[in-house]
Amino acid sequence: MTREEAYEKLNEVFRDVFDDEEIVVNDATTANDIEDWDSLEHINLVVAVEKCFGIKFNMGEVAKLKNVGEMMDLILNKIG
Amino acid sequence: MKELEYPFDKNYILSKKKSIKRQLLSQNTKFTEKRIAILGGSTTNDIKALLDLFLLNIGIKAEFYESEYNKYYEDAMFDPAELVEFKPDVIFIHTTSVNIKAFPSVRDSVSEVQDKLETVYSEFERMWAHLSEVYHCPIIQNNFEYPNVRLLGNSDAVNIHGKVNFINRLNARFADYAATHDNFYIHDINYLAARIGLDNFFDPFYWYMYKYAVAVPAIAEFSYSLSHIIKAIYGKNKKAFVLDLDNTLWGGIVGDDGPENLEIGKETAEGEAFLAFQEYIKSHKDIGVLLNVSSKNEEENALAGLNHAEGALKPEDFTLIKANWEPKAVNVQTIADELSLGVDSFVFVDDNPAEREIVEANIKGIAVPAITSSDKYMRDIDRHGYFEVLKLSDDDLSRNEMYKANIKRAETMKSFVDYGEYLKSLEMKAVIKPFEPVYMARIAQLTNKSNQFNLTTKRYSQAEIEEAAQNRLTFYGKLSDKFGDNGVVTVAIGRVEGTICHMELWLMSCRVLKRDMELALLDEIVHTCKEHGVTQIRGYYYPTAKNAMVKEFYKGLGFDKVAEDENGNTEWSLDISGNYEDRNKVIAIEK
Repeated sequence: MTREEAYEKLNEVFRDVFDDEEIVVNDATTANDIEDWDSLEHINLVVAVEKCFGIKFNMGEVAKLKNVGEMMDLILNKIG
Repeated sequence: MKELEYPFDKNYILSKKKSIKRQLLSQNTKFTEKRIAILGGSTTNDIKALLDLFLLNIGIKAEFYESEYNKYYEDAMFDPAELVEFKPDVIFIHTTSVNIKAFPSVRDSVSEVQDKLETVYSEFERMWAHLSEVYHCPIIQNNFEYPNVRLLGNSDAVNIHGKVNFINRLNARFADYAATHDNFYIHDINYLAARIGLDNFFDPFYWYMYKYAVAVPAIAEFSYSLSHIIKAIYGKNKKAFVLDLDNTLWGGIVGDDGPENLEIGKETAEGEAFLAFQEYIKSHKDIGVLLNVSSKNEEENALAGLNHAEGALKPEDFTLIKANWEPKAVNVQTIADELSLGVDSFVFVDDNPAEREIVEANIKGIAVPAITSSDKYMRDIDRHGYFEVLKLSDDDLSRNEMYKANIKRAETMKSFVDYGEYLKSLEMKAVIKPFEPVYMARIAQLTNKSNQFNLTTKRYSQAEIEEAAQNRLTFYGKLSDKFGDNGVVTVAIGRVEGTICHMELWLMSCRVLKRDMELALLDEIVHTCKEHGVTQIRGYYYPTAKNAMVKEFYKGLGFDKVAEDENGNTEWSLDISGNYEDRNKVIAIEK
């Protein structure tokens, strides 16, 4: 899967979780850019991303994420 | 909404919860509004969010109060203004094993372990007692799931120092309290965790990251299970089965294969599965669920199948058997009419997906579980929590007999030309008295279950019923006749202000419709009112989706309409200052 293809899927996940069809995320997107993205919604996002890509994050990885780009690196790394 | 019914896709619900909520709210449902306080010992955010969806799906629109993180004890004991003003209808205490403050250590003496058990338990009991005193509302309390690791291995369950042992004893204490206290219900997360798997229920990842004591992927199951208790409290349980026969209650087609060749009984694996299913269905009679059949069969074949020597269910176990070639939706409607039950009280069980689809599409609110294969039928039905039991009453045990007696009455009626003569032939006897302690639970149950013959549809908790018994004119009525005892079937509550008595509640079970019980009750209300110096009785009718049958009820009793608003709410008045002649002529009132 290319980074672009993965972003297609990731955008869908964001749109579902935050119930906003307009969302487009990129490497620089952070929680500050999306209105409802608080720590409690973050958990739903993580679960939805795991499900969508068939991967599992560990605790340290999730805690360290700073922006969507880092999340994407992690996803691509895990799906190989 | 199918997406919220078992077996649901938990990931779909979790990720789409916002759009699901929007869809539920946009449906044209008349919601019952309830205020639910969640006092949490861990994060409750998504528990609330998904509970909200499951409740909306069964017609309950909840407003929530959520305690601050892990402030359940403070909120319960110190009456914060916000919670007091919130006036909860239900309080849910969400504690789990992470909230057990004092587990035994292996070094503890027997008495130290006992002290710890007492300390942990008594803190909970204090909360329950205090909450019930302050809020007079139902309380739902989780019991405890097992620990995710065991220091003593298998001995953890046996040795008094083991956590498993400690939790078992705590859970037993919780159950004892629930068994002896009304308005207090255990949410059995111990069972839930066992069913979905302890490692799925508690996941350290979600605990350390977000302080979720229920793993996020398990929350849908958790909230669904919790919603069943709330559903039952507000009288939204189902009441009856309509069952198919061929390949549902036995293997094979009785009309083609002959009764002797059906798969039922201990001889084959399939036969055994069908027998177990029949036994499971039959056991529902004891909790007051009515069993009915709708089968595309000649009646004699249907009966031959049900009389199979190896089967558990017999024709007499059923209230109504419709074996014919009518569309099943028609049969379900007929059964509902004959039993005076709403179609949404039924669970339709049929192995044929096409039949299920037609019934579901044609009958609004009926439950149609997607049963899969005969060995799984029980599970497919059980998980829905259709008949969640809060408290077993004697009425539940005898409900099937009552409905059967009703059917005999209907047959007798056909032999009379004059309806009054028929009523007299029933030799009816009634008891009408102020609320009494033994009936409080049944009375509260009736206020929550009765929808059709219910003038104000005001719902009462048992605590509120007990309160009404103190400061209102209260009436309950029991009716029996030569065919059997119907138990408590009617309830009324009046508030006296000066010389006027305002009827805040007047309801009657539909199984005693057209028996003049309402006239007998009116007579007693008038007598009691006169004793209290009342000269005028005010009746109120508030329309709902279901109570159109009593729209003109007060008019029929001779009340005059004195007010009506744009929503169809009406107010009625009856002058009783003069002589009053009893209206009931057919029921003997036992003093």
